[in-house]
Amino acid sequence: MGFFSKIKEGLSKTRDAFLGKVESIITFGRKIDEEFYEELEEALIMADVGVNTVMEIMDELRVEVKKRKLSQAEELRPVLQEKLADLMGSEEQEGLRMAPNDQLTVILFVGVNGVGKTTTIGKLAHKFKSEGKKVILAAGDTFRAGAIEQLEVWGQRAGVDVIKQSAGSDPAAVIYDGLAAARARKADVLLCDTAGRLQNKSNLMDELNKVYRVIKRELPDAPHEVLLVLDATTGQNALQQAKLFGATAGVTGIVLSKLDGTAKGGIVIAIRKELEIPVKFVGLGEKIDDLQPFVPQEFVAALFSGEQEEHE
Amino acid sequence: MVFEGLANRLQDTFNRLRGKGKLSESDVAEAMREVRLALLEADVNFKVVKDFVAKVKERAVGQEVLQSLTPGQHVIKIVNEELTELMGGAQSKLAISPKAPTVYMMVGLQGAGKTTHTGKLARLLQKDHKKPLLVACDIYRPAAIKQLQVLGEQLDVPVFSLGNEVSPVEIARQALEHAKSYGHDYVLIDTAGRLHIDEALMDELKQIKETVQPNEILLVVDAMTGQDAVNVAESFNTQLDVTGAILTKLDGDTRGGAALSIRAVTGTQIKFAGTGEKIDAIEPFHPDRMASRILGMGDVLTLIEKAQASIDKDKAIDLERKMRNADFTLDDFLDQLQQVKQLGPLDQIMGMLPGMNKVKGLQNANVDDKQIGRIEAIIRSMTPTERTEPGVINSSRRKRIAAGSGTSVQEVNRLLKQFEEMQKMMKQFSGMAKKMKGKKGKGFKLPFMP
Repeated sequence: MGFFSKIKEGLSKTRDAFLGKVESIITFGRKIDEEFYEELEEALIMADVGVNTVMEIMDELRVEVKKRKLSQAEELRPVLQEKLADLMGSEEQEGLRMAPNDQLTVILFVGVNGVGKTTTIGKLAHKFKSEGKKVILAAGDTFRAGAIEQLEVWGQRAGVDVIKQSAGSDPAAVIYDGLAAARARKADVLLCDTAGRLQNKSNLMDELNKVYRVIKRELPDAPHEVLLVLDATTGQNALQQAKLFGATAGVTGIVLSKLDGTAKGGIVIAIRKELEIPVKFVGLGEKIDDLQPFVPQEFVAALFSGEQEEHE
Repeated sequence: MVFEGLANRLQDTFNRLRGKGKLSESDVAEAMREVRLALLEADVNFKVVKDFVAKVKERAVGQEVLQSLTPGQHVIKIVNEELTELMGGAQSKLAISPKAPTVYMMVGLQGAGKTTHTGKLARLLQKDHKKPLLVACDIYRPAAIKQLQVLGEQLDVPVFSLGNEVSPVEIARQALEHAKSYGHDYVLIDTAGRLHIDEALMDELKQIKETVQPNEILLVVDAMTGQDAVNVAESFNTQLDVTGAILTKLDGDTRGGAALSIRAVTGTQIKFAGTGEKIDAIEPFHPDRMASRILGMGDVLTLIEKAQASIDKDKAIDLERKMRNADFTLDDFLDQLQQVKQLGPLDQIMGMLPGMNKVKGLQNANVDDKQIGRIEAIIRSMTPTERTEPGVINSSRRKRIAAGSGTSVQEVNRLLKQFEEMQKMMKQFSGMAKKMKGKKGKGFKLPFMP
């Protein structure tokens, strides 16, 4: 199943699907008037796009409507789609930055509690493994009860090794071990788990920064990617998360998890716009292959697909 | 995009309306725009915001502006009152079964914090000398059972598990039997996180509910949830008749508008708040504090109201202004010390001001009555000039003051030094709320702190 149909499937689970809603607003023969703008604005806000970003989008739309002399709601659809795709980064899908010449690629996972870091690592391990790469996982969440065991289960499922220490040990030391093991075993990819932490806890953020520095010190080119895992149900606080994790650990990309619910994860539009951090993957379920590369245009297009098309 | 408190923003809006006695419709409309933005930025659901703003607007138009309040403050007052009302009264009591065991069931989306808060609730019950049993019904997420078992070990509370091969309904049924025969008076059932639109898994919850007839079904919700909170809460509520909610991760910097959405749309009471990763980081939920938090303001109103109730209104406003402008003298300080008993402890008052509640060390500050007496004596031994300009106090003056108040020069020094720090701190007051964000609170002491 491709990304497009997966997302469509995710969205079709609910009738309230955000841009299904946009679709219901942009009906045939409808005139562009204040009421129309208001409903559109509402739909965007309901998708967690964020009130500031929505205001800007609406202003730009009004300008476009005047410039292009549009009067029918129908005519606005491509404009809106274009605008959103623009905001999401119009370039083609941005893959992961991998180390050149078969050297070790290190990917660090960060995020607040309960967003799905460990699950995402399991899925990504599976993905790399099926591409024929040698993968090692480092159990850097030494704090939460059962976190190490959880990563081990994912390690077994994906068939990859997990480097760990006992619960409560220094996460930087675990990651250091992971790096050493990955080099010794000539692994292609090292995926580093970390404990979930709220971005306003400065001591925990310092701890994370230490992990980041240890990786940098050991392998100056690494981490090749620092992925912030973001729960799609999160509201405006996600922007704050992206900012502070970005400052602490140099976030290079976002994994938008739990997009199979009714949440739309619209906040990634604001994050992309304000911080220029691209979304690299989306999580669409709990199964091992439920992680899909993120393609901005397809994301927007999938969001736009109405109910009718789905019954084709 | 630093969020500025609604209070500040409304103040700006109303600055040019100073001196108006009545709020006109257009004044209110402009203010409502700010209120709407603030609520939306706080992730309050769009529909809830719409209704709310309409209600506040109706109340605000044509009202006389109270003498003591500026139009801005007046609108905030109305907003705050409405918001607090909407949030409902505090109610952290959990239902108890007339016949033991009492059964609580935890439900929610993935990653909301169900397992952690099952542990925290067990801790609360344990403190109350109860004998809870934890039940591991999350058979899906890898190591979820292990997580509950580790928590159980930390707490020394038994965990009932049948592994991850047996159906959660059966686990719950047997757990109840087990609790009865082993004399557990509480049974806490941890369930797997699930999407509210996952019919198969929602059915499973319904079956568990049928089987164990829980006294409470607690919906665990992440405080950072956005607009979707309403769909989630509504869906869980219609399918399971949720009896209460626990709002988790409230120790983050989210405004937590989800709380308002859940309450307004489903009527579900939020009973507890999760405020940290430690096992005892759980508190009864305070609707009024949440209202202030959503609006992005400290409890300035409570301060004003409290002051109105206990001291002369003008004096209180004056005091507040002085604290803000930092032209706070030792005389004012003395004046205030005398009213402290009526007002309540100073640390509490400080806590009501925006930004101050985050300052480390202040929460635990104790105000010692004897200490207050000594400080009063020191200040009373000063001349009026010394009180307004402590800078003139040289060493011979210090000796005189110490002798006059029956204290030592060291104590006089300490008071002066601390007063100076306090003044410095008050200078930072206005910008405090903004500056405190992301920065570690600098420790400081008030003169009468031990």
